[in-house]
Amino acid sequence: MKPGTALGRVLPAPENHLAPERIAEAARLRRRFMGKALAFGAGAVTTSGAARAASANASAASAAASGAASPDGDPAILKLPPHSTGLGQPVAARGYGLPSVHEKNIQRRESPGLTRVPQASVSFCPLQSLFGIITPSGLHFERHHQGWWDIDPTQHRLMVNGLVKAPRVFTMDDLMRMPSVSRIHFIECGANTAMEWTQPAVPTVQYTHGMLSCGEFTGVLLSTLLDLCGVDRKAARAVLAEGADGSSMTRTIPVDNAFDDVIVAWGMNGEMLRPENGYPLRLVVPGVQGVSWVKYLRRIEVGDQPWHTKDETLHYVDLMPDGVHRQFTSIQECKSVITTPSGGQRLVGKGFYNVSGLAWSGRGTITRVDVSTDGGRNWRPARLESPVLPKALTRFNCDWVWDGSPATLQSRAIDSTGYVQPMINQLRAVRGTRSIYHNNAIHSWHVEPGGEVINAGSQG
Amino acid sequence: MRVARARPIPPSRGWSHLPCRADGLRPARNSPQGLFLVRAQPPLKKGGGQPPDGLGRPGACSAGRGPIPRPRACLGVLFAACLVAGVLAWAAVPVAAAGSVGDAGAAVGGGEADAAQALRALGRPATAAEVKAWDIDVRPDFTGLPAGSGSVADGEIIWDERCASCHGVFGESNEVFTPLVGGTTKADMERGRVRNLEASAGFAQRTTLMKAWSVATLWDYINRAMPWDKPKSLQTDEVYAVLAYMLNLGDIVPADFTLDEKTIIAVQAKMPNRNGMHFFEDLWRTDGKGDVQNVACMRDCPVGDPKPVLLPEHARDTHGNLAEQVRAFGAVRGIPGAGAASAAAVPAVATAAGSAAGSVAPVAPGGSAAAAAPALADAQPLLQANGCLACHGLDRKLVGPALKDVAARYAGRADKVGYLAERISQGGQGVWGPIPMPPQPQLSADDVHRLASWIAAGLP
Repeated sequence: MKPGTALGRVLPAPENHLAPERIAEAARLRRRFMGKALAFGAGAVTTSGAARAASANASAASAAASGAASPDGDPAILKLPPHSTGLGQPVAARGYGLPSVHEKNIQRRESPGLTRVPQASVSFCPLQSLFGIITPSGLHFERHHQGWWDIDPTQHRLMVNGLVKAPRVFTMDDLMRMPSVSRIHFIECGANTAMEWTQPAVPTVQYTHGMLSCGEFTGVLLSTLLDLCGVDRKAARAVLAEGADGSSMTRTIPVDNAFDDVIVAWGMNGEMLRPENGYPLRLVVPGVQGVSWVKYLRRIEVGDQPWHTKDETLHYVDLMPDGVHRQFTSIQECKSVITTPSGGQRLVGKGFYNVSGLAWSGRGTITRVDVSTDGGRNWRPARLESPVLPKALTRFNCDWVWDGSPATLQSRAIDSTGYVQPMINQLRAVRGTRSIYHNNAIHSWHVEPGGEVINAGSQG
Repeated sequence: MRVARARPIPPSRGWSHLPCRADGLRPARNSPQGLFLVRAQPPLKKGGGQPPDGLGRPGACSAGRGPIPRPRACLGVLFAACLVAGVLAWAAVPVAAAGSVGDAGAAVGGGEADAAQALRALGRPATAAEVKAWDIDVRPDFTGLPAGSGSVADGEIIWDERCASCHGVFGESNEVFTPLVGGTTKADMERGRVRNLEASAGFAQRTTLMKAWSVATLWDYINRAMPWDKPKSLQTDEVYAVLAYMLNLGDIVPADFTLDEKTIIAVQAKMPNRNGMHFFEDLWRTDGKGDVQNVACMRDCPVGDPKPVLLPEHARDTHGNLAEQVRAFGAVRGIPGAGAASAAAVPAVATAAGSAAGSVAPVAPGGSAAAAAPALADAQPLLQANGCLACHGLDRKLVGPALKDVAARYAGRADKVGYLAERISQGGQGVWGPIPMPPQPQLSADDVHRLASWIAAGLP
């Protein structure tokens, strides 16, 4: 084809307009230009990326510390950073994405001295640093009774037996073919806030309330599975859930819940459950304390009475002042806590703040959250952010202008049954201070004149 | 059996006010504030119930048609249709959504019965041997208790070998777990209530035998979860023997007692706390009533102590440097505490410089140096599979020394790998205290070497 010849409306590339010798000359010129550019400019890329990034960060830090120090303005604006002047990373540099390196402070943590064996322990969710209602999967609180495992899903089995037509076994293949639901629910350990029954005991909301998380769980409704197995709904009074790990955690599930909203779940937040949260299969028992959400679920048994397992008679029982233990206290009642600002933090200055927190109820939906900044004397309703879902965390926000004087921040939630989150003295009047579990009292954070926020516990 | 069940739904925010609900919920007649919906229940079918009529196939999607319950799997399709019909006027979407609904309509014929049958075909019947292998639970009425026997004397031998290192020779140890034995009296056994559980007794410890009301529960738990690092490794007779010994330590059975499936029944009548439990249904049932009643006062509300009780000074530093437990930007900072350089320090952001610089480097494939160096990732499976972590914390002393401390002690020793390998495979006693480290003959020489190298390298 001759250079310059039109093919319909498509024109050949410009080079084709030039004779070969002209192209060679143009290439020579371009190389010389690029050579100069390399010598003067782009070569800096090769000198020391580390040094450059370090100095950029140092200047960013000093800018943050001193504000717009330069008379011309903020160096963060005036001096273009490497990310504005360089080439970023390619797609799929990380096959599974990770949080920013600047987020490394956001970790789940143990409470020193709370437990003596790390396999029978708990790590607390950093509620103080989270937004909205969904807990990132990697920050979901952990509670293990005999260590965690990463179980091969192809070898995992679920057995259903007891008051069913015939005992049945399911593989993950079987379960994941079934009609599934995806629902957002909170999970709270029955012992959450246990350390605060008598007085403020730990410094931050991570440790006072961090045995709490919320996710979107995907799985088959337990009722679907039970019906599929030919459950005897008339005779059934209780359902046992059993784990496959060393502890083989066993918990009795109320039959009303089992036939209502309990899920045999494999998914969490759009992916499979994390190993620490029961991969590949766990029970989701909305509104009920976390211990009943049996991880590594291997067996469901339908029976005509509760089992009174070890974790229903020795633990997760609430000791009353008269020496009697309340058993089967499973429902996580209406509760809320302010997460920002909260204990162990310091306000950056006077002025406007968005007081933000979480509210939840195991009996239904949050209908209102009130916020007080004067230790419970006066209250005003907070904004509830959508979505507001049953047995899920609900995010609330409330405007507040801090004038630099001492303040005591509290939140108080009300759920769809009309139940109002109680004050600690109301709980103590009935239960004393030794019941460990199910402390859902109104919680206080005290702001000192310097802006330090100190845990003020559940003020009586 | 339940015919209808109230289930709260969100107040009218976001999508919840949409008129079309595909999840089978209809407004309840008596629901307060219109916030409850009632889920239509399938008619009960004797012996089998009514399984859902779909397996995620659009063809079986039939919300609202006749008595057959809607499959939740179809929720997404119908929800999308609702969105389109009720809210969105977006031109492109209705075509797609209408298309799927149209497909559903077209494919309904004959699909439901097939789908229900196909769903019931998932899984397979469990064999008798499989049920026997997993159905290990024992109820307080002794249902599930296998025949067998074990004497106190037999139990003592097993106890010393397998239980004492954690629970103490007399079950009294508070080192690793809370004590099993102690705090009960002959009078408690007569009354079936433990005096030391009453608040007025002023007894701080709560041992297992103080709380346990059902002896069968103890049998069940020892059988399913003990010993701690080798759960389910005890034979049936051994479980009887261990329990007999424990009961003897608590003076519940005499020293010449033999526990079996018949004698255990009389033991139940002597359990010290057999009458100490209260099945507290209000916190068991989702529709139960709370045991306290707060009111949502809004103005000039009564408060307890007008001066807030703050977390004691000494408790503010118990959880590490709080400045490193929140973001270093945003509305708040963490209060610098233990380990913080200065109160004015800006953590995290400044220290991220190195990582930012590293961000331009491609992910390196495993080099030869990396392959040779021991790493936690290599050691972790071995530590886990061999129960090492049951006795050794990485950085804290448990039954045995912290592995970090082992590494530190032998850091300067030239033959440290060989020495540690020998100690791992052959065990030892006396170097770190009186509790022996058992030999680990199950470990291959390679694995021993891998573990020893990793520890010798300082637990990289």
